[in-house]
Amino acid sequence: MTQSAALPFPQNRTCPFHPPGAYDALARPLSRITLYDGREVWAVTGHTVARELMVDQRVSVEAWRDGFPIPDPRFATGVRDRRPTVCGIDDPEHAAQRRTLIPSFTLKRTAELRPQIQRTVDELLDAMVAQGPSAELVSAFALPVPSMVICSLLGVPYEDHEFFETQCRRMSRGLPEDAFDAGSQLDTYLGELIDRKQVTPGDGLLDDLIRTQMVEGEMERADLVALAFILLVAGHETTANMLSLGTFTLLQHPDKLAELRADPSLWPAAVDELMRFLAIADGLLRLALEDIEIAGTTIKAGEGLVFAPSLINRDTEVFDNPDELDWHRPVRQHLGFGFGVHQCLGQNLARAEMEIALRTLFERLPDLRLDAPAEEIPFKPGDTIQGMLELPVTW
Amino acid sequence: MRIEIDQDTCVGAAQCARTAPGVFTQNDEGLSELLPGREDGAGDPLVREAVRVCPVRAISIFEE
Repeated sequence: MTQSAALPFPQNRTCPFHPPGAYDALARPLSRITLYDGREVWAVTGHTVARELMVDQRVSVEAWRDGFPIPDPRFATGVRDRRPTVCGIDDPEHAAQRRTLIPSFTLKRTAELRPQIQRTVDELLDAMVAQGPSAELVSAFALPVPSMVICSLLGVPYEDHEFFETQCRRMSRGLPEDAFDAGSQLDTYLGELIDRKQVTPGDGLLDDLIRTQMVEGEMERADLVALAFILLVAGHETTANMLSLGTFTLLQHPDKLAELRADPSLWPAAVDELMRFLAIADGLLRLALEDIEIAGTTIKAGEGLVFAPSLINRDTEVFDNPDELDWHRPVRQHLGFGFGVHQCLGQNLARAEMEIALRTLFERLPDLRLDAPAEEIPFKPGDTIQGMLELPVTW
Repeated sequence: MRIEIDQDTCVGAAQCARTAPGVFTQNDEGLSELLPGREDGAGDPLVREAVRVCPVRAISIFEE
């Protein structure tokens, strides 16, 4: 009898808002999977074990280390060789970098940004309605909302958005050699932007960091470029996907949408439930630095770990009827923003953007509907952050 | 009940202040703090959920 090979991971979804059917074969809390390069690693699929491992200091996020799992060829060329920065370094260096950033992402600062987010959303919808009664929602709304917000926060000129959005697209979905080139181009762009800002300062977070970190000698130019890179990429790509896939999902669940229309106070809970349900960043990578005994298994030093939030967030030990959307769940401990010291820095800003953008979209366009058969609308393959490639809508 | 926050461990995710805003707050540095006079949790049932959602387990509860 031959032993069956471990399940290939990641796989494409068949429905954009459910995990791939093949993942049903993955047991909880830990399973073996095969990555594209033929290597077997651990998939972390159970909620309790995922939380334990995410806070375990024997688990590293440093991609340059030997044995770090490589999920696709783009990661090998476009991510692994990059200068490590905040979300790719372990403590204590990580903690020091994160502390310089968290004052810009507090609940208070996020609340102060809400009127500006609302204005951005209103203006984009004004423009969309003026061109209506149909639109491609990714380019008209889902991408520009977070792109404008993060540009304003960082002090990156939004008029350059086509350039950096293109480079992000090449990094997340292009050929491996494309990913490397796109990363280099974005580094060059951000380096030149930082040089200009040193001469003519603005009032964004990058300007603050130049003043408090670079001029004081705490951070080198290359470190600030790497940090600007991750803040810009993570700041718009992820939220854009949540807005496109969130809109699609709500349109496919009219009863749940009706509930939100009847009681708009449910929107904040709905945003977190969509984060749980959609698990758009489905494959968080780590490396075991030492042997770890957990759940009756030994994860050996040097073994790779891939956390699968699409399965963790549907663990029936924590979530009842996990395949259903439910705005009234008593438990909000999803891993949509990760867990541990690297939990998403911008999560509260992202929540505000999602809440304002989705609520305003559906309020403003009560007849919003898909402008193509749902099954014909293209969405992203499994080897990148999940979301819609296009979203034709009408109203 | 007595609540303690380990600010050396806190990563400023503000999950406690979001979950139980009657007990926890986030200071301008981004670190979590207890609201004055709420060190005992003030009977707020959301305190335990705030402990569970902390991504770095920086909050401890002592029953006294």
